[in-house]
Amino acid sequence: MAEIVLEGITKRYPDGALAVKDVDLTVADGEFVILVGPSGCGKSTTLNMIAGLEDITEGTLRIGGEVVNDRSPKDRDIAMVFQSYALYPHMSVRENMGFALRLARTDKETVKRKVEEAARILDLTDHLDRKPANLSGGQRQRVAMGRAIVRSPKAFLMDEPLSNLDAKLRVQMRTQISRLQQRLGTTTVYVTHDQTEAMTLGDRVVVMRGGVVQQVGTPQHLYDQPHNLFVAGFIGSPAMNFLHAVLEEGVLRTAVGDLPLAPEVLRRLEEQDAPRDLIVGLRPEAFEDAALVDPDREGARFTATVDVVESLGSDVFAHFTEEGWEPAVSAELAELAADSGVAESGGDGHQIVTRLSTATGVREGREAELYVDTSGMHVFDPATGANLTRHGE
Amino acid sequence: MRRTGTEEGARAAAAGAKAPAEAGRLSEGARQERRLGWLLCAPAVLVMVAVTAYPIGYAVYLSLQRYDLRFPDQAEFVGLSNYGAVLSSPFWWEAFWVTLFITVVSVTVELVLGMALALVMHRTIVGRGTVRTAILVPYGIVTVVAAFSWQYAWTPDTGYLAALLPEGDAPLTEQWPALGLIILAEVWKTTPFMALLLLAGLALVPEETLRAAMVDGAGAWQRFWRVTLPLMKPAILVALLFRTLDAFRVFDSIFILTAGAHGTGSVSILGYDNLFTALNLGIGSAISVLVFVCVAVIAFVFVRLFGAAAPGSEQGGR
Amino acid sequence: MAGAGKRHLTRWTVVNVLVVAYALFPVWWIVSLSFKDPSTLTDGNFIPTKWTWENYRGIFQTSEFTRALVNSIGIALIATFIAVVLGTMAAYAVARLRFPGKRLLIGLSLLIAMFPPISLVSPLFNIERVLGIFDTWPGLILPYMTFSLPLAIYTLSAFFREIPWDLEKAAKVDGATPAQAFRLVIAPLAAPGVFTTAILVFIFCWNDFLFAISLTSTEAARTVPAAIAFFTGSSQFQQPTGSIAAAATVITVPIIVFVLLFQRRIVAGLTSGAVKG
Repeated sequence: MAEIVLEGITKRYPDGALAVKDVDLTVADGEFVILVGPSGCGKSTTLNMIAGLEDITEGTLRIGGEVVNDRSPKDRDIAMVFQSYALYPHMSVRENMGFALRLARTDKETVKRKVEEAARILDLTDHLDRKPANLSGGQRQRVAMGRAIVRSPKAFLMDEPLSNLDAKLRVQMRTQISRLQQRLGTTTVYVTHDQTEAMTLGDRVVVMRGGVVQQVGTPQHLYDQPHNLFVAGFIGSPAMNFLHAVLEEGVLRTAVGDLPLAPEVLRRLEEQDAPRDLIVGLRPEAFEDAALVDPDREGARFTATVDVVESLGSDVFAHFTEEGWEPAVSAELAELAADSGVAESGGDGHQIVTRLSTATGVREGREAELYVDTSGMHVFDPATGANLTRHGE
Repeated sequence: MRRTGTEEGARAAAAGAKAPAEAGRLSEGARQERRLGWLLCAPAVLVMVAVTAYPIGYAVYLSLQRYDLRFPDQAEFVGLSNYGAVLSSPFWWEAFWVTLFITVVSVTVELVLGMALALVMHRTIVGRGTVRTAILVPYGIVTVVAAFSWQYAWTPDTGYLAALLPEGDAPLTEQWPALGLIILAEVWKTTPFMALLLLAGLALVPEETLRAAMVDGAGAWQRFWRVTLPLMKPAILVALLFRTLDAFRVFDSIFILTAGAHGTGSVSILGYDNLFTALNLGIGSAISVLVFVCVAVIAFVFVRLFGAAAPGSEQGGR
Repeated sequence: MAGAGKRHLTRWTVVNVLVVAYALFPVWWIVSLSFKDPSTLTDGNFIPTKWTWENYRGIFQTSEFTRALVNSIGIALIATFIAVVLGTMAAYAVARLRFPGKRLLIGLSLLIAMFPPISLVSPLFNIERVLGIFDTWPGLILPYMTFSLPLAIYTLSAFFREIPWDLEKAAKVDGATPAQAFRLVIAPLAAPGVFTTAILVFIFCWNDFLFAISLTSTEAARTVPAAIAFFTGSSQFQQPTGSIAAAATVITVPIIVFVLLFQRRIVAGLTSGAVKG
């Protein structure tokens, strides 16, 4: 058990490329922290630096109070679960799980006991004498977990441990990892590119982009109060809608009509000397079928043609695209689009996704009147990407 | 944590604090890796340099000497005159053209035949294993043994193949038939190797791409020429490079089949004869160096003109 | 439909039989010669009419052959062992480590793989006489291991690259030193590749002829391929055909059995080295 402290951690490759820049992060003892971001954001590099598999260019890394910058992985007392599981193909499950203990010259009885205990926890007892090649994907994943837990290390490092599983198994294993971590109470740093995994698993989530930490916080905090466009767009599924807006006479003029601003938000914008051209961010659930909303409720209303309706049973997602809507433009949004594949799917990005209650009567191809709840609206500076609203801070 | 651990930590902290100041220096791990890399390669490099680089240098030196093994005391520096003697000699040019002829013809035949064999192995439904096994036999057999087998097969009175020829025909004693038989022996021995390389190349052609071509209306030939061959180009070029260089060194088969008589000697045979029959180390070395230059030119042409990726070059720098 | 399938099958069978025949005819011919009675040696028959062990008895009675056989086996085994050990070390470095000069090593071994052996025969002949290793085992082991090193390095590094890189990281995180990671994780996984490489290198050494006739002069180090080229009949009126055929069979059959036993590995080794290199 130990806390992990990163101070100004930087990774620069010999060719000059900066992979990770000045990361400060304290992972408390027993905490479950997720590093999340698109590929190439530096999250895996950061994890590898904590593991000692990559050198730290600058900064200090402490595990359990000791500076471990120059220690080799074997002297850091950490366990790691790899994306490929990295099970030793020539060893049985038992040997795989006991390998680290045998290297540490633990006596045979203890190794046997610990391995069997871990196997019981992970429901692998029947498979102990099989080779990894004869196991299913889920079983291999559990062996990889088992190999980490038998050692009772100071910390678990997990590098996208679920990305090789199919969707259903991934959800099951997600819960299992969460339960296991709570039970063992071991400090855990977990890397993923899947924001759903990040939201559901972590005590706290670290969003990274281009080697720089964008925001650290609890899942709910990131969802409610993203610091910038990138975090806002990355967290949440379906993603937040972004609209180009012009600030005029105390309201935001957008393609979906004028959106009123709460007085304190307006004041805050003025304080920050906000530009006239802005980006408005609205979560899908901020919209509702206007017919189902009390006409007196504060907010905005607009009419648009429904493009596609996706009924999921519990919710209805309605997509709108209007000719002539001006897309919100910023570097961060471009990167998000590239990462999520929107840019490659050929669809135009300026589309609005709304999440309506199942009672809605909207139909594909028909016009619908929609209500927008502007109380949770975010306003971003297109140039810096900064969130100018910051509700409740 | 134990006390010693903390002390270590403190020391490490001091070291860590110093680290940023020396940004760009190699970390301990990287330096260790570099040292280990050199250490592991050193013996192999040492042996390879000692047994090839040094002797080839020595061969260049010898080639500039008049050096007859029967009169070692009379060795003297004669400049390039050995090269002059070799290059103005009809023997060299005959051997050169013979070698080139054998190389071009045998590699061409091997490529066609090897491709056919590879396709058979790739597509066959029955007895794939048998074919793959049988094809390894020529690879495993000692070249000299195979050459003897061919020799006896074509020798009048002894051989079953010679018996098929008109009475009194001795193909190994006439230049063109003999060259044909040498090529046959070479082709038999090395086509399997070619076929295996091409088979590996074939395996790299995705089945789905071929299906897509089929859906697009390409016939079997069109699929082969337009899809399979272009995708196999790297494998084909590497196989050709290897085999061309190998064929240019042809020695064993000729030595056994004709011993280089009747205008069938390759440059390697010529070099050997000058060394061990004429005992002329100077001339022999000049031939050695010239063969080396020929091989280097062939390799250069392949890499430059055909863009054959030198094996290992792309993945070399991980 | 069934008829077409059957025709298809027949066609493939014919093609396959042709291929197998192509591969085996010369081998069968030399084997058949080796069993022919001297009186029927020249009958040109494809199957001996009078079987005999006489030719084998003949060659095993002379030290000319038995000594050569010992030389062949000993020299090839030692050269293989050294080449594989050195090759394994270098290939591991090439496949796994970052260090300057790696390209140089790859270039050098490529150069040597393309090297015409005849270019080395004259200087080696002279150097070995000066060093006193001409016509000795080391005199042949040295060039054999050198020329098989590139083969060993390529084949092995291709095998090593296929071992997942994560395993070594996992071993390190599990507390292994680099040496332990190599010994306990990488080496057992590399063993099949090393074995395959050893077979290929052995065949290479076993097959050599040029060095064997150039760098030896007596029975002391002459290997079988060189020895049979110098076989003479027991009298000057007798052709050594039978003896040569028998000796050829002796050095061919074990290799073929070996090749057939490990054909899968050999195919993998031959192709991985050249294609993925």
